[in-house]
Amino acid sequence: MDKREYQWAWLMVLPVLVLVAFSAVIPLMTVVNYSLQDILGRSAFFVGAEWFEETLNNSRLQAALMRQFAFSFTILAIQIPLGIGIALLMPKRGWQASAVLILITMPLLVPWNVVGSMWQIFTRGDIGLAGFIIRELGYDYNITANAVDAWVTIIIMDIWHWTPLVALLCYSGLRSIPEAYFQAARIDRASKWATFRYIQLPKLTNVLVIAVLLRFMHSFMIYAEPFVLTGGGPGSSTTFLSQSLATMAIAQQDLGPSAAFSITYFLIILAVSYVFYVTIMNMQKEKAAQQGAGGAE
Amino acid sequence: MARIELNNLAHRYAPGGEYALQPMQHVWEDGGAYALLGPSGCGKTTLLNIISGLVQPSEGQVLFDGVDVTHRSTEERNIGQVFQFPVVYDTMTVFQNLAFPLRNRKMAEDYVNRRVRQVAEMLSLTDVLDRRARNLTADAKQKISLGRGLVREDVSAVLFDEPLTVIDPHLKWQLRRKLREVHEQLNLTLVYVTHDQTEALTFADKVVVMLAGQVLQVGTPQELFERPAHTFVGYFIGSPGMNFMPCELSGNEALVDGERIAIDPATAAAASQNGGSLQLGIRPELVRLATEGESGLLLKVDQVEDLGEHQLVTGHFGSHQFHVRLDESEKINSDGLRLVFPVEHTLLYADEHLVGAGGAKHG
Repeated sequence: MDKREYQWAWLMVLPVLVLVAFSAVIPLMTVVNYSLQDILGRSAFFVGAEWFEETLNNSRLQAALMRQFAFSFTILAIQIPLGIGIALLMPKRGWQASAVLILITMPLLVPWNVVGSMWQIFTRGDIGLAGFIIRELGYDYNITANAVDAWVTIIIMDIWHWTPLVALLCYSGLRSIPEAYFQAARIDRASKWATFRYIQLPKLTNVLVIAVLLRFMHSFMIYAEPFVLTGGGPGSSTTFLSQSLATMAIAQQDLGPSAAFSITYFLIILAVSYVFYVTIMNMQKEKAAQQGAGGAE
Repeated sequence: MARIELNNLAHRYAPGGEYALQPMQHVWEDGGAYALLGPSGCGKTTLLNIISGLVQPSEGQVLFDGVDVTHRSTEERNIGQVFQFPVVYDTMTVFQNLAFPLRNRKMAEDYVNRRVRQVAEMLSLTDVLDRRARNLTADAKQKISLGRGLVREDVSAVLFDEPLTVIDPHLKWQLRRKLREVHEQLNLTLVYVTHDQTEALTFADKVVVMLAGQVLQVGTPQELFERPAHTFVGYFIGSPGMNFMPCELSGNEALVDGERIAIDPATAAAASQNGGSLQLGIRPELVRLATEGESGLLLKVDQVEDLGEHQLVTGHFGSHQFHVRLDESEKINSDGLRLVFPVEHTLLYADEHLVGAGGAKHG
């Protein structure tokens, strides 16, 4: 083993360092810098952790955070099972499979603002198809006045927009299960439910981890759709974190507090995703460890 | 446990298209261990899928113990199957895996418990019963799939689709021995698909050799070795395969490049009636060296390989390559060997098919 060291090899990493610096480190540090200062025009004072304390104690933001969690968990609870269900029902091959795939993925191609506008028109009481029909059926549906209506509408909109992603991931997961498993299940006379429970679901674990993480992060940052649809109202009943942040940073020009808020926001997403990921991975590891203890491999 | 009959069975994937399986008529005895042997694409997996009910044959019938099951689904056929790669229920323990087919059939729990332990004992899986199936080795997983077939006492047949493909070489023989053991204990009908002649010959009582959708020969390993019904069988079975040389007939002798080789008179008579292009075939193991004073044919030696227990001589007669397998103790004259072709082992093939008893059956 003749191992020589070339210190200058480290220079090779330089381009990546520069790239990462511009793409991540410098912008993030700018925000950190703002979050510790009070900026008034050209003058700035160092204020330490004051903005963080203020943000964390801000009841308006606390309420938005709670709404945000409620929203994310609601859509996850609906979209994940629904996505699995759709994937199970989708045709397996032939032109039908292609046709269904195209139809299913359509909503994913619609830009956020367009989704908001579409649903805004769709749910209007006077000219919107859904709004009009629901009102004709006798329910006084109004997303600008009734917070429950607004919530339900936003959740349905998100389900419409993003369930296809979950379905698509699950579909690819299901397609990768070898046919022999289903044949074995038939030989063992497994019911449809047992086949799902013991073959399909276990084989979907990995794609479901990805689906849940993606959908969580995505939904936690939701901005354009509710902003266009309800403007965060009625009152602030559908004001989520991103919109609160935008109001602070752009409308009120509170650079310090919004920087502190941004960092907190980012850390929450990071922490939740990390905890989720580690939990799932540990669950699998524990299983492996238990089995490993049972005998030599 | 069942006797499997294939009644005028044939299959083509598209109506009017080419046969994936040529029409065939076979009876596989109850309790027999059968191997379907042939190169990739010869139709052996199609045949297995027809027996398991995964593929509906386009012609003919499949009978289990005289009952027509051609149109019955896999579920109704009561078979067990072991696949090319291990198929186990990942999240279940080994016990749950083995109990699964019984529980799905709503068997009483104390019976399930007893039966699973019995089968686990037989397959040496008792130690791992409480472990999850996911992290076991490939051979243990294959034993689980086998076990899921065996727990059902009324299982008609157990089918194997190249089950040793993913098994480490040093574990292959162990698993194969286990299969033999189980077969002897339970007297099950086993059908084993493989392209590996060693597997087929060591596993099966009867080997079904297939080529291009056609069954060329069904026979014991010894029959396949001593009297291959088709030149392909001679070439495919044995290592190296049988020697074949084009020849002409002259009375009770075959003429190979002018050299005369004695043939069994009955065979010679049959061959002269049959016509067709003739080949002489003999196993490298069944040729012997001429003793002092005995006349023999002169083989020009090209190469001698020492393979431990025996030596393999590659040489030629005229333009025909020829292999001879000789005992380690034999002295080999590198100029040439005088060889004797024992009449009982010198076979004639007309248009690739063995001349004589049974040879023309599949022609």
